[in-house]
Amino acid sequence: MSSKLYLTSSPHLHDKNSTQKIMLDVIIATLPIILASTIIFGMRSLVVIFTTVLSCVLSEYLSCKIMKRPNSIKDLSAVVTGILLAFSLSVSIPIGIAAFGGFVAIVVIKQFFGGLGQNFVNPALCSRIILLISFPAQMTNWPEPFAYLKGSADIITSATPLDKSVLTTVTYFDLFFGNIPGCIGEICSMAILLGGIYLLVKKVISIIIPIFFIGTVFVLTFLMGGDPIFHIFSGGLLLGAFFMATDYVTSPVTRLERIIFAVGCGFFTVIIRIFGNLPEGVSFSIVLMNILTPLIEKLMLPKPFGKRENI
Amino acid sequence: MGIINRLKKIIPKSCGGVYVPNRKYTKELRSVQMPCPPYVVLPMKQHIGSECEPIVKVNDKVKIGQLIAKDTSKVCAPIHASISGRISKIEKFLMPNGLFTTAVTIESDGMMKFDEHIVPPKIKSREDLIKAAKDCGLVGLGGAGFPTHAKLDFNENTPVDTFIVNAAECEPYITSDNRTILEKTEDIIRGIDLIKNLLKVKRAIISIEKNKPYAIEQLKYTISKMDVDIELVQMRTKYPNGAEKILIKTCTGREIPFGRRAAEFGCMVMNVSTVAALYNYVETGIPLISRVITVDGSAIKDPKNIRVPIGTPIKEIINFCGGYKNAAKKILMGGPMMGLTVCSDDVPILKQNNAILAFDEKDAAMQEASPCIRCGRCVESCPLKLLPYALEQNFESKDAEALNILNINTCMECGCCAYSCPAHRPLVQSIRLGKAFIKKQNM
Repeated sequence: MSSKLYLTSSPHLHDKNSTQKIMLDVIIATLPIILASTIIFGMRSLVVIFTTVLSCVLSEYLSCKIMKRPNSIKDLSAVVTGILLAFSLSVSIPIGIAAFGGFVAIVVIKQFFGGLGQNFVNPALCSRIILLISFPAQMTNWPEPFAYLKGSADIITSATPLDKSVLTTVTYFDLFFGNIPGCIGEICSMAILLGGIYLLVKKVISIIIPIFFIGTVFVLTFLMGGDPIFHIFSGGLLLGAFFMATDYVTSPVTRLERIIFAVGCGFFTVIIRIFGNLPEGVSFSIVLMNILTPLIEKLMLPKPFGKRENI
Repeated sequence: MGIINRLKKIIPKSCGGVYVPNRKYTKELRSVQMPCPPYVVLPMKQHIGSECEPIVKVNDKVKIGQLIAKDTSKVCAPIHASISGRISKIEKFLMPNGLFTTAVTIESDGMMKFDEHIVPPKIKSREDLIKAAKDCGLVGLGGAGFPTHAKLDFNENTPVDTFIVNAAECEPYITSDNRTILEKTEDIIRGIDLIKNLLKVKRAIISIEKNKPYAIEQLKYTISKMDVDIELVQMRTKYPNGAEKILIKTCTGREIPFGRRAAEFGCMVMNVSTVAALYNYVETGIPLISRVITVDGSAIKDPKNIRVPIGTPIKEIINFCGGYKNAAKKILMGGPMMGLTVCSDDVPILKQNNAILAFDEKDAAMQEASPCIRCGRCVESCPLKLLPYALEQNFESKDAEALNILNINTCMECGCCAYSCPAHRPLVQSIRLGKAFIKKQNM
């Protein structure tokens, strides 16, 4: 015995998981969606994704420097935010606006409130809403799928299937494989489901939020006389349910709270879709429920072992 | 609120706990007798309760099994000499848990001579059994160290109907209970039968994790051979199955709230090694002077299961195991989930220690904590349904009221939350500090 010994608090054994690994898993889960969007919209979608990721990482790096915080690029959360932000933008978005979105998400929504783990709304979604309000025209121009193959440099704009005017011309097949106009990451349901299954298998997310979110939308649209399958596979619902609403920081932690959160997301999505002026309600409903999360947690304090009713 | 309560019943409850790696490398190794150490150190507090009082003086000659310290209150277990020799020192001693106590040091004469007054006790009634447990100096050998006689002496107005023998051994590395089961099966079964009959307990259960197939096989065989009424409950391998509250919940469905004793809910839990030690005393009259421990870890050359005299310094035990393979950076008493780190290898083995683990730099290195991302893994893994992340936050903001609302004192520090935390936050440490903070606030 020559060297000194460590004295630490138990436990002395740790799971091999880390924040970085979780974020890496999310990035892997987005790969099918990136691939699908590149096939459907061409190289330009990659350019948009690259722009937002770069802008997010750069913003994170600079704000950490200026605010004298430990550099947090390594945890990859800025990369995830960048990818998710690009997913909710149109492929025809001007590069400057996309870069500005990354800046808003990281600096205004994340770092101003204290950095990783402290933001009260999902940075990517909230940034999208800010862009939607600031640049309504550019944010609602969606090119036709495979327009780049038709050889023209011009981007043909069209409305999303949720706009009632084009509703009749879209088949379930188009919805599932993404042969519809829309945001980069929202159109190909198959790719989103693949990514979602990967996250579930890797236990990064639990099934509770997606299932209750989608389930609520299904039941409510059915009760209101809509086409539930159409509502599930169109717009940002799947992306929102698997990738946005499950964001750890801005969603509740216990099972019951998560159910309330997810049902709330579904409820407001349907309300906005059917009664609102906007074609899409997913981002607004998730952000609204993000804001309500601390309230839900306060109301639903779990009873500890030995203090529950069954004794 | 009616809807919410109904909802609560529908959702499957998360049962908590984590799947820790087993690492039971020593499970096949028969326990070997440790040769006589040059000296032993016997602290006067090797149990929960009040400190013992030495009844020997420096330079007294003692033999194995001779009483050297008597109990001072109801919750206290007397201490016996574990080797024969001369009392060389009686002085203040710093325990691994940071508290001072008196300790008696016995210098060995190398003879290992037993006290000739040792005779097996006559056990006829409940009172005899309780007295035997006390005279044996027996404490819970699983880790907590609660005096066994105090456990057996439950209030007869609220009788115990279920006697659970804890053979879960859910901590990684440790195999000493497993070895005890395999080597002392008949003692254990006879001991359980004796306790069950004398205390008039309706149900006796041995609960064991499925990762010990040989032990399960042998217990099954012995129970049927001896034709006794003992149930064997096989649990899936998940930490912390062996924690008393969780074990009672698994076996009977009862939940023991914070601050209440298991006996108030008709349950009594005893470690399988404790039962074996009690029966050994009933048969031979030799009190608790030695126990089986597992010595393992990445810094140990030759991991073993060893029967060691109580009070043997850790370094003697490690020398017996071939010494250190690599430089040890962390030495634990107990398992890696709840064990205590020690500041040197001079500290002695106590009655309730079931393992010595020594780790090298690679396994001992601390991981840097990053911000909490509220992933909820700590909440999902907490077997007591607490909110570890919220406890940590409220401790950091020194909010005593919130800590009380969140039931911080319910926490048993099993370590599931900190084990599963991807941000490597020191949750258990914060909760411990939080408890101390609350205590100070309430004073």
